Amino acid sequence: MALRVRGVISFMPHKSFVWLCLAPLIVVTVAFFLIPMARLVVTGADGPHGPAEYLAILTQPRYRATLINTVLLAGATTIVTLVIATVAGMFLQRHRFPGRAVLIAMLTFPLAFPGVVVGFLIILLAGRQGLIGEVSNRLFGEKLVFAYSIYGLFLGYLYFSIPRVILTIMAAVQKLDVGLEEAARSLGASPWAVQRDVVLPALAPAFVASGAIAFATAMGAFGTAFTLATNIDVLPMLIYTEFTLAANFATSAALSVGLGVIAWTILALARSFSGGTVAAAG
Amino acid sequence: MRDRLIFVGQLLFTLIVAAFLVVPAILSISAGITVNYFRGISSGITLQWVFQVWELYAGTILLSFVIASATLAVTLVAGVPAAYALHVRRGRLSRIVEEIITLPLAIPGLALALALLLTYQGFSDFRRSWVFILTGHVIFTMPFMVRSVMAVFGTIDVKTLDEGAASLGASPWRRFRDVIVPNAVPGILAGSLMVVTLSLGEFNLTWMLHTPLTKTLPVGLADSYASMRLEVASAYTLIFFVMIIPLLVAMQMFADREQAR
Repeated sequence: MALRVRGVISFMPHKSFVWLCLAPLIVVTVAFFLIPMARLVVTGADGPHGPAEYLAILTQPRYRATLINTVLLAGATTIVTLVIATVAGMFLQRHRFPGRAVLIAMLTFPLAFPGVVVGFLIILLAGRQGLIGEVSNRLFGEKLVFAYSIYGLFLGYLYFSIPRVILTIMAAVQKLDVGLEEAARSLGASPWAVQRDVVLPALAPAFVASGAIAFATAMGAFGTAFTLATNIDVLPMLIYTEFTLAANFATSAALSVGLGVIAWTILALARSFSGGTVAAAG
Repeated sequence: MRDRLIFVGQLLFTLIVAAFLVVPAILSISAGITVNYFRGISSGITLQWVFQVWELYAGTILLSFVIASATLAVTLVAGVPAAYALHVRRGRLSRIVEEIITLPLAIPGLALALALLLTYQGFSDFRRSWVFILTGHVIFTMPFMVRSVMAVFGTIDVKTLDEGAASLGASPWRRFRDVIVPNAVPGILAGSLMVVTLSLGEFNLTWMLHTPLTKTLPVGLADSYASMRLEVASAYTLIFFVMIIPLLVAMQMFADREQAR
């Protein structure tokens, strides 16, 4: 059978062969992505409120508060991550010193850690038996525990965002034209002015691209919030509880379509601005 | 003097950031091999927690490997030919296909999982088997395979190779097997590493799609974080690190080699 198929393939014209190459991907994508996504959109409009369910994310106070929480948290994560990654990435790309490769490896290895693991690491850092509590207890006689608050969540989001962003920033710094900075300096610009007027503007596309990834990833992050079991509602946790605990299919579908649209829009905007390909993962 | 101060300041800052990322991982590893984490490492070093995890969760580790291998197989069979097709037929249609298959990178895993659940909850045999989780992993990892192979096609002259082989009378299938695929090997390898790493660590989708009988490693991890003592959860995390870090190192070495070219 296999031989016969191969026999048929070897005599077909090139154009049909190219279509055949595409066929498995198209079948898989239609069956397990396009049809399910269409179903999700339909289900969102299929609740007791009809298509108005899609507006609930904005009109219902509880959902709106969650949306605002999530956007603020993702925004703060993005900004702080960009600052940290720029300072560290610029330093690592511009200097050569012993141990540099190890330091870069340390800063990028959490790239593939799932959100649940990041949540657990935050518990070890700032939880009830955590390192920070231990140290603060010895220093000030008071145990500092914040893993389960919004600060713990924020720390977790930073944890998985920094490695993603730092790689992009380092690649962008490598491509900078050092001649421009030297020119600015020889014209009498102060180091700060060189950074502000030459370096940072040249890095803008990298900021937009990696910032969009960090933002979209933080918006959709579920594992970290799940492990920390915070009392702060973020959108993915709200979707999860609506679906599994309340069995509220229409609401959870509408909310997740909304979340998908927000994440996709941010990435598409960033892509049209920076020209490169931008994608989130995790 | 001033430059020196700036250098030291930046170095310190970078070290603090690195410590923030590394120290919790070290805490977790040490907790996994400590007799009693609350009393500290002085209570002794043991592998009992690792063995206990193996007794409790060996099934999840095996299933994760099964799903990662199956995901790799499907993304290879569907992704590599598709990358070739999308590369040689540059047109509006191929751009649309590319755009659609990269959508799962932008859409949160939770949304994709809900979509799959709502569509296939009626097919109970399918929904109960691990193949259901596989579908989610395939959709989520496919863009990495396709893009990584397409990136290689972008750097070599596929068209000339293809036409050269065609002028020698090779059939499309032979050209694909003997000319295109061997030339795409670096992209296939990079994509494969990415697919396996992502599949082993995938949680957002898998948590929604799993059943009590189809738990993967990250699902088991979440389970142990919620219900097991800290040492057991840490030992489990340690096993995950041991699995994932060689893959990450390989990926890094691969990227460095590509850059050095």
